[in-house]
Amino acid sequence: MSAAQASPATGPLLSARDLQVRFGGVLAVNGVSFDVQRGEVFTLIGPNGAGKTTVFNLISRIYTPTAGNIQFDGQPLTSLPAHAIASLGIARTFQNIELFEYATVLQNLLIGHHVHRSTGFWQELFFTQSVRRAEMQAREAVERVIEFLDLQHHRDSLVAGLPYGVRKVVELARALCTQPRLLLLDEPSSGLNVEETDDMAFWIQDIRNELGITVLMVEHDMSLVSRVSDRVLAMNQGETLALGTPAQVQSDPAVIEAYLGSMEDMSSLRRPAP
Amino acid sequence: MRFLFKTSYDQDIRLARHEGHRFWYGALLALLCVTPWLLPEYWLAQVTLVLIFSVAGLGLMLLAGYTGQVSIGHAAFMGVGAYTQGVLTGMGVPFPLALIAAIVVSAGVGVVVGVPALRVKGIYLGIATLAFGFIVEEVFARWESVTGGNAGMHLKAPDFFGIKFESKESFYYLCLAICVAVTLGVLNLLRSPTGRAFVAIRDSEISAQSMGIQLAWFKGLAFAISAAMAGISGALYAHNIRFITPDQFSLLQSVELLLLVVVGGLGFVHGAFLGAIFVITLPQLIAVSKDFLPPEIGQAAGLQAVVYGLVLVLIVLFEPMGLYGRWLKVRTWFQLFPFYRKGLFKRQKSFTKSERLK
Repeated sequence: MSAAQASPATGPLLSARDLQVRFGGVLAVNGVSFDVQRGEVFTLIGPNGAGKTTVFNLISRIYTPTAGNIQFDGQPLTSLPAHAIASLGIARTFQNIELFEYATVLQNLLIGHHVHRSTGFWQELFFTQSVRRAEMQAREAVERVIEFLDLQHHRDSLVAGLPYGVRKVVELARALCTQPRLLLLDEPSSGLNVEETDDMAFWIQDIRNELGITVLMVEHDMSLVSRVSDRVLAMNQGETLALGTPAQVQSDPAVIEAYLGSMEDMSSLRRPAP
Repeated sequence: MRFLFKTSYDQDIRLARHEGHRFWYGALLALLCVTPWLLPEYWLAQVTLVLIFSVAGLGLMLLAGYTGQVSIGHAAFMGVGAYTQGVLTGMGVPFPLALIAAIVVSAGVGVVVGVPALRVKGIYLGIATLAFGFIVEEVFARWESVTGGNAGMHLKAPDFFGIKFESKESFYYLCLAICVAVTLGVLNLLRSPTGRAFVAIRDSEISAQSMGIQLAWFKGLAFAISAAMAGISGALYAHNIRFITPDQFSLLQSVELLLLVVVGGLGFVHGAFLGAIFVITLPQLIAVSKDFLPPEIGQAAGLQAVVYGLVLVLIVLFEPMGLYGRWLKVRTWFQLFPFYRKGLFKRQKSFTKSERLK
């Protein structure tokens, strides 16, 4: 898992320019630009419907932007099909856990390792020695992730029977098994209790510091955001509100207004004096 | 209860997980090898049919049970295999070459049918394959210059470059060998990246895609393999009864294959075999029961179709995991005795899925 050290190139790892997505009359994302630097934890925040997940879906090529472009390590993403993204070194998790329910944890993680598949159909049909070797290597790689995230207990259990908190970790593990350079985490702490959120914060820091993987995440829990992020981008209704360190963004008047509403809004709620 | 203490990755990979597996599957194979001496000719023919249908069932299991793509026209692939085999052996092509051709042709047709699977899902894919089944049946009936139309087509015994499989026993061994080979192939695929990609597509297409699995390729591949196996089965079936007509590959046959995988247990390789045994013995049971039923029911036309439908409904309602699922429960009951709980196999409702894109 030293993919991160492989490219000594400079410049931002991911750069999005003037992204725009239109669903019919709705502008889900409008003119969003940002750069994710190598080795940083970059967080997207914003109220519901701000377009954060849409930005994720643009990067993983599930949506195509109506305007603008995304470059990963200098390579334009918008011309690639969705299944080619993982082999570039971008892995993601989903907001509402999208695991392979009726497969074991180990199988889920091995599917995460799919991009490193080196054998073809005919070799696999006869299960040749090369397939056996590749399977061994895949298991070794997966086992390192299992150890990293303490999943040993759940290795052979069916995902369908696991509690929510564990599934969240399994999904993170599956993303790590692709050996990414950029990890997209869609609300890593949603549905987790305080302890599990703490663990998640440590893991995100470890992923960045020990594995050298750049992290781009969407998160609502501001304490987690300020603990782990280097920079934060606040969005509202598809547009950029503020960009900076967590403290800067949190004190930005536009961000406060988006979350809490402005004083005029408040005054309209106030009961008029009799 | 057996606890596997894993000490090497090899234990995850090898086919026989422990000594018990090796012993019991070895015993089963040995039993199947001596079956011609144990069973009278009629029952040997039934076992041969079970082997033939297992191959088609395993194909549909791979498609429906492991890749999650429904096909209600699978008999059509059997038909394509059967007719290819019939036409080629009729021209004097030796059995193995004709079989390879049957595999290639049915796999090709499978890919063509797989194309809509890239766009449509679930019930709509079912309807598309159903329509395909009707079209193919009609082609068999109308393309008289090649298929002989509704008058049917005669086949000879399989001819292995001069060695003829005339007798029931020799044909049984041929079917057994092919069935074992196909099963091993399927097991190999399932324990390698291809099989895991199938499972990934079944459980969540969107995250399969994000893991770098090319949906178009693997769906097409699943259809091709599944159709090829149905083709093999069809070819053997044609040689088995030596006479094929279009109506042998009708909707009822497709439903029978679907019944096979659902009754056997979707998503289990064992299920295909249990289902095949079930599907072959059910008509026998119906025939026997006709003597005991009142004539209004026993002699009624379409009794078989009604029983099929009823069984399918009952299985879906009461044992969605099929016969193999039932066996798993019984086994677990004995393993855990007296600690088996009723809800042990209840599956937790999955959490809200993220919006289905596309």
